[in-house]
Amino acid sequence: MVNKNISKVLIGSLQELPERLGKTFHVGNMELAVFKLSNGKVRAIENRCPHKGGVLSEGIVSGDSVFCPMHDWKICLEDGLVQAPDTGCVKTYPTVVEGEDVFLLIE
Amino acid sequence: MAKKKLILVGNGMAGVRTIEEILKLTKDQFEITIFGSEPHPNYNRILLSKVLQGDTEVADITLNDWSWYEDNDIQLYTDETVVKVDSDRKVVVTDAGRVEPYDEVIVATGSVPFILPIPGANKEGVTAFRDIKDTEIMLKASKKYKKAAVIGGGLLGLEAARGLLNLGMEVSVIHLAPYLMERQLDPMAGKMLQTELEKQGMTFLLEKQTQEIFGEERVEGLRFSDGTEIEADLVVMAVGIKPNISLAVESGLEVNRGIVVNDYMQTNIPHVYAVGECAEHNGIPYGLVAPLYEQGKVLAKTICGSKTEPYKGSVLYTQLKVSGVEVFSAGDFTEGDDKKAVKVFDEQDSYYKKLVLRGNQIVGAVLFGDSSDGNRLVSMIQKQADISDTMKVSLLQPTGQEAGASLVATMSDDEIICGCNGVSKGAIVSAIQTQGCSSVDEIKACTSASRSCGGCKPLVAEVLQLTLGSSFDSKQQKEAICGCTTLSRDEVVEEIKAKGLTHVKEVMFVLDWKTEEGCSKCRPALNYYLGMVNPTGYEDEKESRFVNERMHANIQKDGTYSVVPRMYGGVTNANDLRRIADVVDKYEIPLVKVTGGQRIDLFGVKKDDLPKVWEDLDMPSGFAYGKSLRTVKTCVGEQFCRFGTQDSMGLGIQLEKKYEGLQTPHKVKMAVSACPRSCAESGFKDIGYIGIDGGWELYIGGNGGTHVRGGDLLYKVKTEEEVIEITSAYLQYYRETANYLERTSAWVDRVGLDHIREVLDDKEKRKELNARMDKALSVIEDPWKAIIEDKKLKKELFETVVTS
Ligand code: SRM
Ligand SMILES: Cc1cc2nc3c(=O)[nH]c(=O)nc-3n(C[C@H](O)[C@H](O)[C@H](O)COP(=O)(O)OP(=O)(O)OC[C@H]3O[C@@H](n4cnc5c(N)ncnc54)[C@H](O)[C@@H]3O)c2cc1C
Ligand code: SF4
Ligand code: FES
Repeated sequence: MVNKNISKVLIGSLQELPERLGKTFHVGNMELAVFKLSNGKVRAIENRCPHKGGVLSEGIVSGDSVFCPMHDWKICLEDGLVQAPDTGCVKTYPTVVEGEDVFLLIE
Repeated sequence: MAKKKLILVGNGMAGVRTIEEILKLTKDQFEITIFGSEPHPNYNRILLSKVLQGDTEVADITLNDWSWYEDNDIQLYTDETVVKVDSDRKVVVTDAGRVEPYDEVIVATGSVPFILPIPGANKEGVTAFRDIKDTEIMLKASKKYKKAAVIGGGLLGLEAARGLLNLGMEVSVIHLAPYLMERQLDPMAGKMLQTELEKQGMTFLLEKQTQEIFGEERVEGLRFSDGTEIEADLVVMAVGIKPNISLAVESGLEVNRGIVVNDYMQTNIPHVYAVGECAEHNGIPYGLVAPLYEQGKVLAKTICGSKTEPYKGSVLYTQLKVSGVEVFSAGDFTEGDDKKAVKVFDEQDSYYKKLVLRGNQIVGAVLFGDSSDGNRLVSMIQKQADISDTMKVSLLQPTGQEAGASLVATMSDDEIICGCNGVSKGAIVSAIQTQGCSSVDEIKACTSASRSCGGCKPLVAEVLQLTLGSSFDSKQQKEAICGCTTLSRDEVVEEIKAKGLTHVKEVMFVLDWKTEEGCSKCRPALNYYLGMVNPTGYEDEKESRFVNERMHANIQKDGTYSVVPRMYGGVTNANDLRRIADVVDKYEIPLVKVTGGQRIDLFGVKKDDLPKVWEDLDMPSGFAYGKSLRTVKTCVGEQFCRFGTQDSMGLGIQLEKKYEGLQTPHKVKMAVSACPRSCAESGFKDIGYIGIDGGWELYIGGNGGTHVRGGDLLYKVKTEEEVIEITSAYLQYYRETANYLERTSAWVDRVGLDHIREVLDDKEKRKELNARMDKALSVIEDPWKAIIEDKKLKKELFETVVTS
């Protein structure tokens, strides 16, 4: 299949993203949380916890996970899966870094 | 050998526990299938009370999560009810039309709540209290409605009532008997309980029989047999349970009140077993988990063909899970015939204790006010222990420590320490000796002891003490700070000091953390400890702060924030109020509220607006979000009040200005009242000050939150200088020795008032503590101001980027 509907959105420079802190982005009518991990990777997920809608951008980041600030659910930023003993998942969005520019790929 | 097919009907506490016991014995004898009517994996039904009371959430009470079933190759069908066990064809049939063959089948269908057969019982707004669904109905109703009626003043009813109170409803409890919990308590304890719960805000209608539930579609009220009525828009029926035997009846099993089983949990039909609340052993269907778990053990061995002792019935004991009251009863607690009671009743302190003896043997007990001896008494009752006169006296003392220690020593290895999980003393001793367990937590992980209700923790600690001897000190009981390490708080702080560690990552690296970047528990804790050890050198790590303390505002459920500016001592003025009003208008702040801490809270501020709001307010942060000094409440005091003997507002403002911004293990609250009437509620604060003629009294360790604790009088002093000097020393000692997130109330209980006094009595130590406090205070700056002035920080933390 051709990726006909994928658009590439520039969201800023790598340097401007704070490390191990989330940042909130409104893209169209979506709200995303974007994180720069300590290994330099950039990850983006939908900014609503599947539990009770906590804002994930404000969570504590550890490795490739974020802890929801509301009730401490642990969510993997790679695949969006909620970690045991809780269950659920959030949407993840691929990111691309080209030089200093960070892009989101949105369907 | 081909595996035998084992089916469990009922995915609840007793059934799944039996499966766990079977898996301990053999992993490959059976191919296991479980059917459950509820849509959830096995959860801890007991904790529904806590969910309702707001101490925990539905999501947190799962006992076996989905992956447990997968990991153990168990086929689980939830939301599916077994409608027949066909023992001729050896299959079970479900409501989904599934037909599943079995070699052995366990029926563990639990109980069904008893619903009074009265008109209106099926109206909307009438519920039982049995499962997650019921709990959710109540949680939802509390958001919309005000008046709740609970029918039934037993354990379940009272726990439901307490939960509904916590949810903000007005609660009436209707009870048929003349006193509460008549099945577990004697009249004396029942009345004391009532008084206590009335204080908490419950209303009781005793000796009332409900005749009708009236209302249109939804319930509107109750009518009683004496013609009186009350209004209610939620009715909880908690009048009892009955064993769920419909499947058994359908399947031709012998039933009485429950499914009749023998000492090996076998029913009258071969290869069909029953366990849990649905089973009746020796005429008794049990309704508490401890006996059910004992049954599960016996059944597991029976099914696996291992040798087992027969099940011979259990001693029953219960504890009411309602915060602020301790009630406990065990065994046969009614006196009369050949049974005699020994009682202590202290009306002043609301304390009641009763032991029931047959000859020299203890057969039952009721405790009110302090139930810490409960487990110990149960084990004595189980042993049918003989007690001497001296022991009798010591047992009746409010804290029977000495009698207790020797008791665990006299317990035999097969006696049960953790009733809920059926863990014997021997099993704990062997976990200590062969698996190297050295803390209550480790024992919990190895043996499940203390995993359910936690009531046996003191006993487990005693076993540790006895087994490890002097090398174990229960006060210094090692508890790892989180799952990322085995080190305790004290060890970590020691290492930070000894090795001069300076940042969070370094601590985790040097001390061999199991995870690379820690978790939401250890990161904030380490950040605090590092700052405490080295106040002037350490740079606070915002990435390791919980959101509120990183954003310097309290996050709301919708992602907006609340803002509380300082209002020293609760005293304000026209200028400040005007500025607050202007900010509210300018930023369209949806709610302005006076807090319980004598100041003003602005709710619903947007993240992006926070720095601007602070700038316009031009007032210091009130730290309403911080593990820090919150507010100092004051009463009006000698300047205006006819009883005031001291300048309470003056001292309050002075204290708040001195300690504002100080980082502490948990939040710290203060209150200053100018006379013993204590209008600022000084008795329930981390430190409370009460003015007396010619001086001040200092109370410490008070708490008005989840676990209410009245403060203890620490000192009486003459001058304000002494007040400050002691406050600094006390707070600094708390900062240096408490666990992160340990309120002073818990800390004072742990280290002991005498110990604290001993430290503070020492003039030299007091001086040193004061010096270290001053150092910590010297580097504090107002965080709001700092953020306003730091462009980069403002952008990093508060900016929301909008792209199209
Ligand atoms: C605003 C306020 C309620 C109000 O509208 O009056 C409040 C609001 C919150 N309290 Fe409180 N407490 C408020 C007074 C109290 C009091 C009464 C008092 O201080 O006189 C208590 C009981 C006294 C005590 O602490 O001993 C109180 C006991 C708690 C507790 C239980 C603490 C405990 O040790 O058991 C928590 C939970 C916690 O801190 O872990 C809590 C936690 C909270 C949090 C921060 C929950 C959270 O993490 O989101 C609430 C923030 C609401 C928000 O969205 O901003 N709040 N809270 C009060 C602020 C006072 C202030 O001016 O700073
Ligand atoms: C609010 C509350 C508080 C409690 N507090 C305490 C306490 O403090 N201490 C204590 O010891 N006990 C307490 N209990 C009691 C304790 O929870 C029960 O004793 C225990 O859960 C019983 O276990 P069980 O497996 O027999 O039944 P359950 O846990 O009820 O499990 C039975 C399961 O079988 C399912 N089922 C029924 N029929 C079928 C069928 N035909 N097919 C498939 N599935 C079926 C049911 O839906 C249910 O999920 C409390 C109970 C409640 C409700
Ligand atoms: S403000 Fe306090 S009491 Fe009220 S809901 Fe929040 S935490 Fe509970
Ligand atoms: S909303 Fe995220 S854990 Fe509850």
